[in-house]
Amino acid sequence: MTDLTRLTIAEAREKLGAKEITAVELTDAYLGAIEAANPVINAYVTVTPDKARDMAKASDTRIAAGRAGALEGIPLGIKDLFATEGVHTQACSHILDSFRPKYESTVTQNLWNDGAVMLGKLNMDEFAMGSSNESSYYGAVKNPWRATGSNADLVPGGSSGGSAAAVAAFLCAGATATDTGGSIRQPAAFTGTVGIKPTYGRCSRWGIVAFASSLDQAGPIARDVRDAAILLKSMASVDAKDTTSVDLPVPDYEAALGQSLKGMRIGIPREYRVEGMPEEIEALWQQGIAWLKEAGAEVVDISLPHTKYALPAYYIVAPAEASSNLARYDGVRYGLRVDGKDIVDMYEKTRAAGFGQEVKRRIMIGTYVLSAGYYDAYYLQAQKVRTLIKRDFELAFNAGVDAILTPATPSSAFGIADEELASDPVKMYLQDIFTVTVNMAGLPGLSVPAGLDHKGLPLSLQLIGKPFEEDVLFKTAHVIEKAAGRFTPAKWW
Amino acid sequence: MSVDLATVKRVARLARIAVSEEEANRMTGELNGILGFVEQLSEVDVSGVEPMTSVTPMEMKKREDVVNDGNKADDIVANAPASDRNFFQVPKVVE
Repeated sequence: MTDLTRLTIAEAREKLGAKEITAVELTDAYLGAIEAANPVINAYVTVTPDKARDMAKASDTRIAAGRAGALEGIPLGIKDLFATEGVHTQACSHILDSFRPKYESTVTQNLWNDGAVMLGKLNMDEFAMGSSNESSYYGAVKNPWRATGSNADLVPGGSSGGSAAAVAAFLCAGATATDTGGSIRQPAAFTGTVGIKPTYGRCSRWGIVAFASSLDQAGPIARDVRDAAILLKSMASVDAKDTTSVDLPVPDYEAALGQSLKGMRIGIPREYRVEGMPEEIEALWQQGIAWLKEAGAEVVDISLPHTKYALPAYYIVAPAEASSNLARYDGVRYGLRVDGKDIVDMYEKTRAAGFGQEVKRRIMIGTYVLSAGYYDAYYLQAQKVRTLIKRDFELAFNAGVDAILTPATPSSAFGIADEELASDPVKMYLQDIFTVTVNMAGLPGLSVPAGLDHKGLPLSLQLIGKPFEEDVLFKTAHVIEKAAGRFTPAKWW
Repeated sequence: MSVDLATVKRVARLARIAVSEEEANRMTGELNGILGFVEQLSEVDVSGVEPMTSVTPMEMKKREDVVNDGNKADDIVANAPASDRNFFQVPKVVE
């Protein structure tokens, strides 16, 4: 029998509908794969086999009764940032030890309502702060990709490193992820998978552990563009429980695939040609431009002059919001408590023991930039710069550009415990240089694999769209995917 | 702008994170690295620019001021490190 874990969501959907396979068989195939691979890859921080089999059985019953949902019987992994009722939800932090929510996040509830099956919770950088998944309390995740002829372990990117690694290693059919500065698109790029951060407001943030509320958005990581379109359709919704959720119907994204690019205008922003960018990333970008031209799109040079200020502005806005959001972890209402001589001592000891280094660093920066005397110089200035970054995009779109093509990352996957990156936090932050502008402007961004570098590691291109035009990104990415092909790691684990 | 050791300790106190002397020293260097990086924002001309308050233009959603959820005291304290009869327990605050 063929390995069921190799089926895309679209293929599995067809076979389940035709009753060639059962949801229980499909789920068991994934549970077996996880059992064998997870001790090495470390993508899952908790596996929920009983729950998965119960959900799969229920799916088979619904399929038999002709009541199958859009994701009926499809086994998914869930990033540890999403609240899942009664199941480990810790944002991969020590401070949320033993937290079991009494409620379900809107995004995951939407997936279960459509018949999806939960396999377990996926590893991530602590509180989604990181670009390598190394800040997780549960340890690093290994990228299923290795450089040609090398045994060195690489990071899967972050913060959704567990999600990306699990999808690339066939340990789930698709995964939920979140993106505050690049946390869906960068790990997708490092693992040869497709990731989309939708427009701010497209997916409900209710029940997702908050990092930086004005930037956080949920989205899927999937094996191909079609699967990402299928997943986003189910994840997105209008939700009264999130006041920033937008009152717009969710379109059928899959219907956009295969549509012509004729008449489309693609912008190429000159500011994304950064100093020290590897030659092969420039070549990949040019290849992407050629593919889109061949498909009938017009390609134009554009300027987004405030691009270089996006990352520094982000490192004020995001830590400021994080320092406020993470104030709730005080050893009183949930999670870890370390006793102290009085209540303040208890707070300080709990937070010292519960948060990792990167999280503490960001809380400290946030606290400092919001403190008396510094608010105007840092926070207010950053929010004004953010207005200018968004205006850059608006001017480009108003001038007739339909979507923007850029590289997704400044490099392919780097090594676990890379000394140069570990020694300088700012170097790690530069990983998000191409992705963070999109969060600052609230736009949709998609990363799609486009080739391999000289080491044999995947590289991706990023497409940036107008607000709520995710369908345009899917149809454009589909063209790139058809030209580039799909990329799968050779199994060594 | 840069921070010194005393400022780092004061910020740690504001953030309610206990730091050892060694950690505070390390953080001083790291925070100055980050502050040095964000310093370039000061060169942007922002005269006449409104600070962003909402990334997507939208009307603030409002709902009727009615009770539509609740009676979940057991659920709310279920994850507390220490609770007693639906109260959170904390160290003595008032002498």
